[in-house]
Amino acid sequence: MAEKKATREAYGDALVEFGATNKNLVVLDADLAEATKTCKFKAAYPERFFDCGIAEGNMMAVAAGLAASGMVPFASSFAMFASGRAFEQVRNTIGYPHLNVKIGATHAGITVGEDGATHQCNEDIALMRTIPGMTIINPADAVEARAAVKAAIDFKGPVYMRFGRYAVPTFNNDSYEFEIGKGIELCDGKDVAIIATGLMVSMAMEAAEMLKEDGINARVINIHTIKPIDAEIIVKAARETGAIVTAEEHSIIGGLGSAVAEVLCEKCPVPMLRVGVEDKFGKSGQVPELLKEYGLTAENIAKKAKEAISLKLN
Amino acid sequence: MNNEKLAMLKEKATLVRKGIIEGTHAAGCGHPGGSLSITDIVTYLYFAEMNIDVKNPKMANRDRFVMSKGHAAPALYSVLANRGFFPVEDLKTLRKTNSYLQGHPDMKGIPGVDMSTGSLGLGISAACGMALAAKINDESYRVYCAVGDGESEEGQVWEAAMFAAHYKLDNLTVFIDFNGLQIDGKVTDVMNPTPHDTKFEAFGWNVITIDGHNFEEIENAVNAAKACKGKPTAIIANTVKGKGVSFMEGKASWHGKAPNDDEYAIALTDLDK
Repeated sequence: MAEKKATREAYGDALVEFGATNKNLVVLDADLAEATKTCKFKAAYPERFFDCGIAEGNMMAVAAGLAASGMVPFASSFAMFASGRAFEQVRNTIGYPHLNVKIGATHAGITVGEDGATHQCNEDIALMRTIPGMTIINPADAVEARAAVKAAIDFKGPVYMRFGRYAVPTFNNDSYEFEIGKGIELCDGKDVAIIATGLMVSMAMEAAEMLKEDGINARVINIHTIKPIDAEIIVKAARETGAIVTAEEHSIIGGLGSAVAEVLCEKCPVPMLRVGVEDKFGKSGQVPELLKEYGLTAENIAKKAKEAISLKLN
Repeated sequence: MNNEKLAMLKEKATLVRKGIIEGTHAAGCGHPGGSLSITDIVTYLYFAEMNIDVKNPKMANRDRFVMSKGHAAPALYSVLANRGFFPVEDLKTLRKTNSYLQGHPDMKGIPGVDMSTGSLGLGISAACGMALAAKINDESYRVYCAVGDGESEEGQVWEAAMFAAHYKLDNLTVFIDFNGLQIDGKVTDVMNPTPHDTKFEAFGWNVITIDGHNFEEIENAVNAAKACKGKPTAIIANTVKGKGVSFMEGKASWHGKAPNDDEYAIALTDLDK
């Protein structure tokens, strides 16, 4: 079994690693540094760390002012507050002037676990996707999270990065190469394509293994960049497999499933089904139990894959 | 302040006010009332105080100004145009479909605009970020910001007030344009944000109260802010909404309404008096 590490841990480590050479990199947090793991950067470079207190709206606009003055600010909070509480600040002071602010949003999705619905943000991708020019990255493991931070630093413009609280398997290795906006085909298949993001990627690969036992060859694609979406890899998968399943730890409304549906409807309509949080709030509980209850499992992906295949028009 | 400087500032302020009237009249909409109340302050900053270069609007060590009350864009554009950032003639394109002069300040498309604003309460936070950047990089530039009295009803203004005092942003000076009126009426009737002086003092700021139409008082306050170490400064500027135009002065109804042709003529006559 692969080693497990939460993407938020990798985020904190990457800030320290890349902060060493990027002297313009500053980190803001809103009283959650211990949880978002920006505490690692705070310990390494206290003179470039600024706690904004529990005032996320102010933090985002402060980040905008820093970026307008040549800094590369990483503004961190839980996904709920970074995208929800501060939506309008992100839209108007970061998105509209297209400022070079990086938003490190941790504790996304229901894998927040015991804290429950108020802190389980299943809507952040949907919100951020509506902002013109916003890049959205949802890393699948620790290796991809590190690569995403590096890419965000090298990229000029606003980036929303989505990290998880829960430790997930690290399946990418050191030779992993990351490019913003470029999906990754993890295994080939002709019967159905599973397009997954975040922690659902490793489950998608498990699902592909299950399907193989039933004689079904599933293609698995990792979409780490939700916006701009890699339309090419999606259309190719639709043409070559004729059925699509999306998998995300996010509402089925407005997230990866919606983004893929938009591409397919306009360019290559084929049957598609979505695995995700089905228009419900989260709730308190242990993560494995919640994942099962909300259908965020390899088993459910495999089930939906078979359904999608049965919907093919022949 | 010597007579020559005072005369220059008065002359420029009149030109800025005329630009506000020209712009809003041509647009048929816009916000003249709160633009006219902040005019003398921005005129002082851009013509007598700020280290800026009209040929190099993005100069790294320039002083910055954030119009947090972004609806006063006509005042900001007029002062920038009269200062030479772009042609005064362009003010007549305000709010038009293909003009770069957007309804609210747009830093991407308008030379001299340091921050995009318009949604109230956000600009003061961005000004804090700029002031913090100067502290981090040990740069000497100063950051000025104008906040509306109605705007101060936004909770974020006080989040920013906490932040600026906490990080000792003594390179930040915020003007509160206290014209006493907002869209729905008197600020004290709509949702009383007063008193501003003791509130800012309680938040840890250096506070100065002035007549926002008196250039000597503006100058003294700006100099006092520059001399104050370890604290940001709030300058509570008592102003008159619609200042300089007889039929607009003290009227909330002129918050967001343009003068028609007859009113335009009267306004220009008033400003020539």
